[in-house]
Amino acid sequence: MHRRGTAAIRNALTRCMLPAILAALTTTDALATAPVCDSGTAPSPTMFAPRSVPAELILDLSWLVWAICAGIFLIMEALIIWCIVKYRRSKDDRTEAPQVYGSNPIELAWTVVPTLIVFVLFLVSARTIFEIDKSTPPEGSLEITVVGHQWWWEFDYPEYGFITANELHVPLTRNGERVSIYLTLESNDVIHSFWVPQLGGKKDVVPNHINHLWLEPTMPGTYVGQCAEYCGTQHANMLITVVVHPEEDFEAWVAHQQKDAVHDMSVATGRDLFLRTACINCHTIRGTVANGSFAPDLTHLMSRSVIGAGVARNTPANLHSWVDDPQILKPGCRMPSMKLDQNGVDEIVKYLLTLK
Amino acid sequence: MSTLNAQPVGAPTPPDALPQTLNSGKCGMLCLIASEITFFGTLLAVYLFYIGKDPVGTPTPAEMLDVSVAPLKVVFNSIFLLTSSIWITLAVRQLARGNIKAFAVWWLLTILFGLEFLVGTGFEWYGLIAEQGFTIRTNLFGSGFYTVVGFHAAHVTIGLFLLSLVFVLTCLGKMHQRHTEKVELLSWYWHFVDGIWIVVFTIVYIIGH
Amino acid sequence: MTTLDHPGNPTRIKPTFLGRMHEWIATADHKKLGVMYVTTGLIFFLIGGLEATMMRWQLAVPGSTLLSPSDFNRLFTMHGTTMVFLVGMPILLGVANYFVPLQIGARDLAFPRLNAFGFWLFFFGGLLLYFSYFGAQGLYGMGSAPDVGWFAYAPLTERTYSRGHSTDYWILGLLVSSFGSIATGINLITTILTMRCRGMTLMKMPLLVWLMLIDAVLIMIAMPPLAAAQVMLLFDRLLGAHFFDVQGGGSAILWQNLFWFFGHPEVYILILPAFAYVSEIIPVFCRKVIFGYPLMVAATVSIGFISLGVWVHHLFALGLSPMVNTIFMGSTMLIAIPTGIKMFNWVGTMVGGKIRFDTPMLFSTGFLALFLIGGLTGIMLSVVPFDWQVSDSYFVVGHFHYVLFGGLVFSIFAAIYYWFPKVTGRMMNEALGKWQFWLLFLGFNLTFGPMHVSGMLGMPRRIYTYHADRGWDLWNLLSSIGVLVQIAGVAFFVWNVIHSLRKGREAGADPWDAWTLEWSTASPPPDYNFEEIPEVYSRRPLWDIKHPDDPDWKYE
Ligand code: HEA
Ligand code: HEA
Ligand code: HEC
Ligand code: CUA
Ligand SMILES: [Cu+2]
Repeated sequence: MHRRGTAAIRNALTRCMLPAILAALTTTDALATAPVCDSGTAPSPTMFAPRSVPAELILDLSWLVWAICAGIFLIMEALIIWCIVKYRRSKDDRTEAPQVYGSNPIELAWTVVPTLIVFVLFLVSARTIFEIDKSTPPEGSLEITVVGHQWWWEFDYPEYGFITANELHVPLTRNGERVSIYLTLESNDVIHSFWVPQLGGKKDVVPNHINHLWLEPTMPGTYVGQCAEYCGTQHANMLITVVVHPEEDFEAWVAHQQKDAVHDMSVATGRDLFLRTACINCHTIRGTVANGSFAPDLTHLMSRSVIGAGVARNTPANLHSWVDDPQILKPGCRMPSMKLDQNGVDEIVKYLLTLK
Repeated sequence: MSTLNAQPVGAPTPPDALPQTLNSGKCGMLCLIASEITFFGTLLAVYLFYIGKDPVGTPTPAEMLDVSVAPLKVVFNSIFLLTSSIWITLAVRQLARGNIKAFAVWWLLTILFGLEFLVGTGFEWYGLIAEQGFTIRTNLFGSGFYTVVGFHAAHVTIGLFLLSLVFVLTCLGKMHQRHTEKVELLSWYWHFVDGIWIVVFTIVYIIGH
Repeated sequence: MTTLDHPGNPTRIKPTFLGRMHEWIATADHKKLGVMYVTTGLIFFLIGGLEATMMRWQLAVPGSTLLSPSDFNRLFTMHGTTMVFLVGMPILLGVANYFVPLQIGARDLAFPRLNAFGFWLFFFGGLLLYFSYFGAQGLYGMGSAPDVGWFAYAPLTERTYSRGHSTDYWILGLLVSSFGSIATGINLITTILTMRCRGMTLMKMPLLVWLMLIDAVLIMIAMPPLAAAQVMLLFDRLLGAHFFDVQGGGSAILWQNLFWFFGHPEVYILILPAFAYVSEIIPVFCRKVIFGYPLMVAATVSIGFISLGVWVHHLFALGLSPMVNTIFMGSTMLIAIPTGIKMFNWVGTMVGGKIRFDTPMLFSTGFLALFLIGGLTGIMLSVVPFDWQVSDSYFVVGHFHYVLFGGLVFSIFAAIYYWFPKVTGRMMNEALGKWQFWLLFLGFNLTFGPMHVSGMLGMPRRIYTYHADRGWDLWNLLSSIGVLVQIAGVAFFVWNVIHSLRKGREAGADPWDAWTLEWSTASPPPDYNFEEIPEVYSRRPLWDIKHPDDPDWKYE
């Protein structure tokens, strides 16, 4: 893979950037390779540590863009400062400066040179656009449908026949070969935008309009991102986690997700309460009568590390608070407080905790 | 600093910088019409964009604007509106000659023809709304249709109001030859309202279905 | 505004308070209206700045709970809307109101009463927007401001997702005030085209007049489409139409196109006046004629022209075809050429000059340094793949504050320091001015520089809070500290205005030894502007008078 070669140069360049960015980068670089699935150390979603082909392509192009702009910046600011220093009027000089009305050759020069720069920049960028923007899935890609909801994500794996939420799991390879992930983006309500910087640029998730996004992860790990188009009250907490698994791990995960919910008799009270309450109008738990599609699928709730699209870690205490009144953890979210008594909340949480 | 006006020795005499043909009134009216054009242009672009994109399907423009003799009526009304443009030109010409009586006659004719158009639109809408239950909420086509045609009708109404004002002033004997220019500006506005109708008509009644 | 009656107008009998109020409210004089526009704009600037301060306060640390999510969302909506429509627009219209007639040797705008009408439409439009804080829920309950963002993307603005009437206030307030802007735009075009004094051919107009002409043309072309789009949205909300209602087949993409067809020209409508001010100020303080006037005019016209065809660069992440994206990337990049010409010509004017760093020049130099940064980040954004990463992130927020604050607001301060003596008859204080400049320069960069970094580290805009583990803490803290420095800068400005109105040094007609016609009349100018309508022979009529041995008309 020729990208490996450029990676060295890129890293070298990375280190000469502003010390500030450097600091941010080194920490994220280390974190990006943190153990899979450990949400405690979510890496910073920086575009400087790409872990997918389109993100790499963008970063490669960005270096060029930055270099050009930095060059222009330095020249221009130097000129301005030079003028300030050189042509400052001396204290008691009351005379006028020599009047220069213009100069055709000079003005021509500073029309033509930017034109050339812009032309080059345009051609290089156009190439990258067509490289990244794929209107049909690359061969052998894994297709997943992403549905944006106010304010959570639904991930639909038609190939495997199950639906999950908020955490997207994908394989690094299939049959030993790197695999493209081809997302189909749809919205259930307003406009959202799917953005995981380490994996690629963002793409809007638009109602009545289907978009596609191509990713090709290059390294296993957990990558974070979030909704990038303002979509209402809780836009800030519409977070995304993407877990890129090695092949076997992914297969195990799929096999687990395909199963119906476990049926643990010891939490029957909670389960009955859940099924009697309006929960089932909005949520689905496969293997029960709950088949609502307004809210996240809870079949394997406990396989996720966060709840409320990332607003809180998935701990028993947080779950308790959530079921009691979701408006505390995520004010404004679309799930109302179900006004259960404390005992009811306890029972339901006990039940939810079994949904491994 | 009156030295400002003293022509310096050797300087060429300054030309009168202003265009002779363009005075403030004309320029202002042209600008107003330009901004109106971008306004209607937007509405019409949206209308064109939505043609055939209605998920509800029915009623389609073809159904609403084709059954019965609606289009014929519209053509008939349109002819009234368009010919009123001729009358207003004639009226302005009479005023320029100082012929107030003739002016009044042509002017009144303009108003009556414009009024016929407005009444015609009223009947068309009545038919669509009251008899066929087709409103702005029905579907995308309804939204576009009533907005575009409605805004045009609103402009006709404003035009008629201003025309009537001039007519009343004429009856009161307040209109004179020296007002030709102002009246002419009003006639430009009226021509614009007519002109835009040709576009609306083409898009809504011809291309639209 | 007691100050306008400075001792220079001794014949005035001191009017009563009510009499004075009446004089201002009923006025159709372009100078009074100009002052009213700018004053209102500055007051809204303080309000918008206060809103920004509250946002930065909330964002200073991760997980802050000072503001509720919906309060935060209202703040950025009102902040953006206020700064663009109630600060940028009135100030540019106000300065144009005051100085276009003076610079072309006219006694007023072409339609003075339309001018007054335009001002009051703007004024009440602004009040209507802010009234939403009290009345947006109707008769019952409290009000609340709109929370849909300044570009109000559908379908979030449809009744289904935006209940109550706050969005209606957003629509109506802007609709009313933009009708005012259109009226004034038409007025300016007409004035410039038909009321120039003898000798002032198009190519002898001061650059400010040229820039305001193109600006007014953009207003005339770009604002009615916004009005049309808003009317359609209003019909959706109030009459049940379906234009942007996605359940009824409406298109979310359409609104974006309509809004940005207005929105992009709008940002140039805001920046052209900035160009106008520095084009007047830089030559005067460098004691040199502007370099390459004809090319400056040509660049202005082409900026106006190109800016109507680039709006899709706000939609690069929307999923349009790669071909469309590529074409609009090209048209967007083209703007760098005429804008670059302007930058180079300003710097070219400085080269070989004898530069006097009074506060107006200080702010103009600040403008050059900062607008350059904003322009270059703009070019980065126009590179589609890069934009896919940073669109709707804090990088964009950084970009547009560099052009809007570093560009527009810095030039507005330059303009205020430059023309304050003309308008009030008194100089502003130089020492306070320098303090203000350096505090703002520092605070500004501290606030908005780090935003580029946090944007590239993945921080989206319009989020009311963020988690601590994302690596954005430091950058946000720096931004928030920067605001404190900015507040100090703004405080110096407010103090300077109050102080100078009362105790400022007498200015005289021509304190800067400048060259355009406004400096040929008294400060403040009499109601009729010029005793005699002037006649000009070159672009710098006062230069000709001051240097009869070496007049401009020999070279033009
Ligand atoms: C005063 C306002 C102003 C101005 C002048 C500009 C100027 C420019 N803007 Fe900016 N822009 C905004 C205000 C402005 N912008 C706002 C408010 C937004 C966000 C709206 C929102 O989403 O809320 C925005 C967003 C925005 C985007 C969308 C980002 C996104 O949301 O994804 C883009 C993308 O292309 C862009 C590009 C540009 C470009 C190319 C210029 C160019 O005009 C800059 C040209 C100038 C220079 C390039 C510098 C000088 C030139 C030289 C020294 C010559 C040599 C240079 C080269 C050869 C490159 N802008
Ligand atoms: C001319 C335009 C302009 C100007 C000058 C500013 C000025 C400032 N803006 Fe601006 N901003 C926008 C235009 C502008 N902004 C736009 C268009 C948006 C997009 C909105 C959207 O997303 O919809 C935006 C969004 C925006 C955001 C992003 C919000 C988000 O996405 O979540 C932030 C965040 O920090 C911010 C901060 C600031 C700050 C700190 C200033 C400061 O520079 C302000 C400085 C001013 C002061 C410091 C004055 C303070 C005065 C007082 C405190 C005294 C008050 C006293 C009385 C009222 C009596 N702005
Ligand atoms: C009106 C619809 C509705 C009802 C009824 C409802 N929920 Fe929810 N629920 C939601 C929505 C919407 C979300 C996603 C909120 C978000 O992240 O913004 C959600 C999220 C959750 C989550 C977090 C899921 C995740 O992965 O993030 C849990 C757990 C949950 N609900 C449990 C319950 C329980 C238990 C009940 C019944 C007592 C219930 N819900 C009733 C709409 C509902
Ligand atoms: Cu979804 Cu923002
Ligand atoms: Cu733009």
